[in-house]
Amino acid sequence: MTYILIFISAVFVNNIVLSQFLGICPFLGVSKRIETALGMSGAVAFVMTLSTLITYIIQKTVLEPFNIEFLRTITFILIIAALVQMVEIILKKVSPSLYQALGVFLPLITTNCTILGVAILVIQKDLNMLESVVFAISTAIGFGLALVLFAGIREQLSLVKLPKGMEGTPVSLLTAGLLAMAFMGFAGIVK
Amino acid sequence: MNNNSNLKVFLNGFFNENPTFVLILGMCPTLATTTSALNGLSMGLATAFVLLGSNVVISLLKNIIPDNVRIPAYVVVIATFVTIVEMSMQAYLPALYESLGLFIPLIVVNCIVLGRAEAFAAKNNVFKSALDGLGMGLGFSMALTILGSIREVLGTGKVFGLTLYPDKYGMLLFVLAPGAFIALGYLIAVMNKLKKA
Repeated sequence: MTYILIFISAVFVNNIVLSQFLGICPFLGVSKRIETALGMSGAVAFVMTLSTLITYIIQKTVLEPFNIEFLRTITFILIIAALVQMVEIILKKVSPSLYQALGVFLPLITTNCTILGVAILVIQKDLNMLESVVFAISTAIGFGLALVLFAGIREQLSLVKLPKGMEGTPVSLLTAGLLAMAFMGFAGIVK
Repeated sequence: MNNNSNLKVFLNGFFNENPTFVLILGMCPTLATTTSALNGLSMGLATAFVLLGSNVVISLLKNIIPDNVRIPAYVVVIATFVTIVEMSMQAYLPALYESLGLFIPLIVVNCIVLGRAEAFAAKNNVFKSALDGLGMGLGFSMALTILGSIREVLGTGKVFGLTLYPDKYGMLLFVLAPGAFIALGYLIAVMNKLKKA
């Protein structure tokens, strides 16, 4: 039951992009087409699950016993950077077309705050290991959901004529605002 | 002439390349911490401190750091400054630390900081990098304060705790998540319009 609650909370109620404001850069950057949005979500899901698991283990086996929790930010970001590098190398080998599509945004997963944010959040929320992994996967699904929905809207939006000043970022932000409003409807389902 | 170009570097972060309105970088803290003008300003200043520190150190170390590992090296430098901010804020401003919460450690992954390290500090001397860091940091603070003020006024009728109208007329939406997107969207649209004119 706890796991279902964690899942619903992370995907809908406290959606990482639309109510926590994490990962806005990739949300705005790679959401022009559904295909790239899916690729990005996949990469984020993979990195997030793996990094949360590893940072959790490091926190419990190294940082806490030695009382050096103040090094958490530095340690976590280095682990994440190494992981992203690995995913990049693998993706380059396995799927060059996807690698090309994601282009500059793959190295930017390092500076995607969702990854570090989730790693720190599970520590702050004092979840256990399995809960942390479930939380990471659900958050990634929530991120993917928001990204794909948004990409779908933007694909339609690109056909519409807009006032000059509103083109590009402003209209994307307004769309995101409306989407966030829709997600507010889920508030109260889970605490 | 030298003075002139230094001033240009400093002002660059305010107008031509304002990180929020023009470069559209660092959106997460911009949207998340601007629930009030004060929060926006504090977040901006914390980021400005990290930007200044990391720009200076990285520009000092730019000839020592091997090119292949420069990104991890930059990240370590940035993370060090973020830890300093985090610990001093926790010690001296606990209330502010509570309200900014997760977004203090997340300055590490703010694209502006790494972006300036890579784009500016790695190529310029210490003095210019410091100016660039300060300019960008203050430009970011300015943007956050503007956005925070707008949201606070529309949402609660106050700005910096000063009541402008009773908060029963406030639109709560602007303090919540959707308001952040909408307010920033319109702000950038206005900036675009001003730039064209």
